[in-house]
Amino acid sequence: MVIRIIKNFFSRIFLDIFRRRKDFSLGFYGPPNAGKTSLANKLCKDWTGEEIGKVSKIPHETRNIQFKEKVEIEYKGKKLTLKLIDTPGIATKIDYEDFMKHGLGKKESQTRAKEATHGVIDAIKWLDDVDAVVVVVDATQNPYSQVNITIVGNLLARKIPVLIVGNKIDLRKADIKRIEAAFPEYDVVGISVKFGKNMEEFYESLFSLAKKV
Amino acid sequence: MANKLILSFIPYAEIQKMESSQRVKKILDIILTGKIVILQGKLEAIEESGLIQATMALVGRIKGFRGVELAVINPESEQALFEKIKMGIAKVLAGNRYALTIIGPASIVKEIKRDPKKIELMLKN
Repeated sequence: MVIRIIKNFFSRIFLDIFRRRKDFSLGFYGPPNAGKTSLANKLCKDWTGEEIGKVSKIPHETRNIQFKEKVEIEYKGKKLTLKLIDTPGIATKIDYEDFMKHGLGKKESQTRAKEATHGVIDAIKWLDDVDAVVVVVDATQNPYSQVNITIVGNLLARKIPVLIVGNKIDLRKADIKRIEAAFPEYDVVGISVKFGKNMEEFYESLFSLAKKV
Repeated sequence: MANKLILSFIPYAEIQKMESSQRVKKILDIILTGKIVILQGKLEAIEESGLIQATMALVGRIKGFRGVELAVINPESEQALFEKIKMGIAKVLAGNRYALTIIGPASIVKEIKRDPKKIELMLKN
């Protein structure tokens, strides 16, 4: 009995070493409405059965930092344990009147705008507490936006490994080549979270990212 | 009466010796007067995120202020390797003054469309 326990203990240790199991915190960053929470939800749902947060077509739905601890991902015999950190979309301007165009009342829009400004400040603060980052951009939008460049520049300055994900490749206007041209030094993956398209390549890239942590 | 648009130019020499917080303050002080800032050079990435944080802290506190639009044209990104090395040496000697940064209040500048070689300012009516 004792021998079996000791044997199991050592085999567990060796298995962990040889599987190169890694635990790290993975942040999801990007502009509003790019699909950060949708992607984080997809990962959580696939591997824990639960979601991390609500999604909406109205920008700045995520206004607080959201976490999911111990998300274990097993892919092609490899294993990763992640702490997922879903952050509010980073923006340089927030106008409550934009929310009113989506049908929200004035007071609700003003509250949402106030919370969204705090969310942006918090998201930037959290850059100091992530081990690696998935930058999610909308593949139908111009990748040269200053928000994208500022996020990637900050990650580079902090020496944080980055994977760039171009979401919404199911849409006709999506252009992954343009994202690759904008960020030639980075690994870029095009996916559609909505239709689960190209998730295999995303997981491959995620494991490559883990090696850089 | 015709609307007036004021561009305020900040030469690199004016911010070169400033601390990051002073740079951000100088830019925001001009923006809050309703002018568009043309900055010779560019902020460091961490200063840019500091500018965004300071901007967000002001949205909702100052009447009518909704944030900023900003864009940087950086000649380095399109250069060949040799040119980049040359520019790298020049940068050490002269500082990061080759880029051009445009920052405007979001109440005036609706959008700045940025490509590697051009900037288009879409103004609000």
